[in-house]
Amino acid sequence: MKPGAAGSRASAGGAEGRLPSGRIVVWLLLAAVTMMFVAFTSSYVIHRAQVPSVAVPLPGLLWLNTLLLLASSATLEWGSAEFRRGSAAPGRRALVATLALGLGFVAGQVAAWTRLAAAGVFLHSSPHSSFFYLLTGVHGLHLLGGVVALAVVLSRARAASEAGQALRAVGPAATYWHFMGGLWVYLFALLFWL
Amino acid sequence: MEAAIRSERAARGRERASRSHHEPSFVRKYIFSTDHKVIGIQYLLTSLFMALVGGSMAMLVRLQLAWPGKAWPVLGAVFPDAFRDGVMRPDFYYALVTMHGTIMVFFVLTTILSGGFGNYLIPLQIGAGDMAFPVLNMVSYWLVPPAIIVLMAAFFVEGGAPGSGWTAYAPLSAVEGSAPGSGLGQTLWLISLALLMVSFLMGSLNYITTVLNLRARGMAMLRLPLTVWALFVAAILSLLSFPVLTAAAVMLLFDRHFGTSFFLPEGLVVGGRALEVSGGDPLLWQHLFWFLGHPEVYIIIVPAMGIVSEVLATHARKPVFGYRFMVGSLMAIAFLSFLVWGHHMFTSGMHPLLGTAFMTTTLIIAVPSAVKTFNWLATLWRARIRFTSAMLFAIGFVSLFVTGGLTGMVLGSPAANTYFHDTYFVVAHFHLVMGSAALFGVFAGIYHWFPKMFGRLMNEGLGRLHFWLTFVGVYATFFPMHFLGAAGMMRRVFSPQVYGFLQQLEPLNVAITASALGLGLAQFLFVYNFGYSLFRGARAGRNPWQATTLEWYAPSPPPHGNWDEAPPVVHRWPYDYSLPGAGEDFVPQTAPEPAVVLAGGAPAGGAAGGGEGA
Repeated sequence: MKPGAAGSRASAGGAEGRLPSGRIVVWLLLAAVTMMFVAFTSSYVIHRAQVPSVAVPLPGLLWLNTLLLLASSATLEWGSAEFRRGSAAPGRRALVATLALGLGFVAGQVAAWTRLAAAGVFLHSSPHSSFFYLLTGVHGLHLLGGVVALAVVLSRARAASEAGQALRAVGPAATYWHFMGGLWVYLFALLFWL
Repeated sequence: MEAAIRSERAARGRERASRSHHEPSFVRKYIFSTDHKVIGIQYLLTSLFMALVGGSMAMLVRLQLAWPGKAWPVLGAVFPDAFRDGVMRPDFYYALVTMHGTIMVFFVLTTILSGGFGNYLIPLQIGAGDMAFPVLNMVSYWLVPPAIIVLMAAFFVEGGAPGSGWTAYAPLSAVEGSAPGSGLGQTLWLISLALLMVSFLMGSLNYITTVLNLRARGMAMLRLPLTVWALFVAAILSLLSFPVLTAAAVMLLFDRHFGTSFFLPEGLVVGGRALEVSGGDPLLWQHLFWFLGHPEVYIIIVPAMGIVSEVLATHARKPVFGYRFMVGSLMAIAFLSFLVWGHHMFTSGMHPLLGTAFMTTTLIIAVPSAVKTFNWLATLWRARIRFTSAMLFAIGFVSLFVTGGLTGMVLGSPAANTYFHDTYFVVAHFHLVMGSAALFGVFAGIYHWFPKMFGRLMNEGLGRLHFWLTFVGVYATFFPMHFLGAAGMMRRVFSPQVYGFLQQLEPLNVAITASALGLGLAQFLFVYNFGYSLFRGARAGRNPWQATTLEWYAPSPPPHGNWDEAPPVVHRWPYDYSLPGAGEDFVPQTAPEPAVVLAGGAPAGGAAGGGEGA
């Protein structure tokens, strides 16, 4: 039988039942980001197996940063839930909190860098320090991308006449944000615990 | 009822047309355009220009290989830094080899197939008005010219363009002063590729989302033309493989400028100077590079396969043989391409067991490749072939794909590879299977879709002459390189004549250079034909090839928004050629099923817009 001959007009094609483009694109983007971090971290794992290296002393600040980032995911979910319930004002407040916590995380990471540098641990000091700065730096840049996306979402949520519109804008950005949180936990664990 | 729906559709079409008649300014229409067709043509022309640049570099390389040490006073006057007393300098030769490879792989074949044909064809063939993200699409194109400028700037900085090859192996590429051009030139090369990778990422996001989301009513995935399938699969490959090279490029930049040693081993001595580096691994670069590098060759060849399938069916007036197998084999090739990168590294120091594993995955790729070849031949079998220029190039593709593919089996075996590695046998292999075959796919596509792009036909006589000169030229240039490689001539060697055992190859090298120059000159026929037909070609009409797919339902060239009438609705798969009982030997995808069966003569009703032939 000819391919496609069986497809009825109702089921074949048509915009109904498809995912919104924004949602597709965020998952595609995350697939690309995943491949990039697979390359970085597999390089790290192989490197570590070949050349024993003294680990960077764990900056205690990273624990606080981790808490901030996990809390930001929680406030984002709280915001989405508010939009879903139809209450726009608390939803927007939750988005503002998420942005603040995210920026707090980035500031905390930079502070951890400066403390390490003050202790004489630089990018080129050891293989472990090279990977530490590289992985935290690239992750931080991707998180800043998420901050920009959330800021755009927030401005749309302000302009939206109803909570439903705001919710549609939040969805893809939230997926990206949660992914960045999970990615950080993975990197943190890989660098210091695994 | 049916009439009411159609009049409503026509009204919507008129509304769209009137909206599109709102004329944008010249700059918005032709330069910073968000129209996928303009962007596709921008990619096409940019890539063709870069093909001339990269091709000219190949000619200079061939001059050196045929007559090493010969003085070329004219060239010496044009490039005073590159030639000493008219004789080519070795560092310039290595810069040429590197830039020729980089330009042809990334700035010609990838950009023209995914960027050019992808942008032009995907929305038209799926029945959409434009891409899912037109602005992102525009940004994606406009990252390419800066990338080209940065790349070409490498020729004009201190130390010159990089000489580390298109693969930029560390540590040659990682340490300044390790090789000619390893200074600022290599950094510019990396920045240029980084810009291009961002562009490809934006392109892939767009192509995939557009195919998934913007298909016309009735266009199920298994009714997509094979061109769209191929571009879709290539976009997925690109999305998943380029980020790995991005990661590697970031690490290489860190090694070059921030003192890390990701790719630099302990105790490395460069130019008599011991470097303060610790514990990196040059092999890591090779793994990361080829994890992209091998999918990259499929990012190039897969869209060419799609174009060829489309052109073969249309001009053979037959349905593509084994449509589902064509789709399945594309996916199989794409999947396997992620598992074979090690076959580029058999001689780099690899555990034999791992080599055997990579050999196995490599040889398995022959299976889906053979499925495709069989299906192309079966499509041609007993067909009433129209030997148009497009068709000739499509058939030429099949020939080159088989010739080049067979030596892939030889190189995929670690034992044979140990001998052939980094010889001209490898150069012959990839120039035939990736370079020339993909280029034939490009030419087939241009001759086939030029009428749609510009509303005029290309000159067929010139096109056929171009085909024969190119076909013979390609074989005469690249086939003898197998013999060079078997005789031991090294890839990238500056002067084969300084080695006693290579001196006997001089006549063959001269013959290859003569063929290459002829092949290069023959391309000016195409340039002339392209320019002439743009203004003087015969008017094409909507559907000059009497083809079935949706782009031929639109006017030539299609207006902004693509459809002058209602957007198309799809009722059948894309290859209904020579359907028994149908009046004409093609039934457009827009023709409803019963219309064909009922028709004694012309299909009733369904052929609206698609039917009028040349």
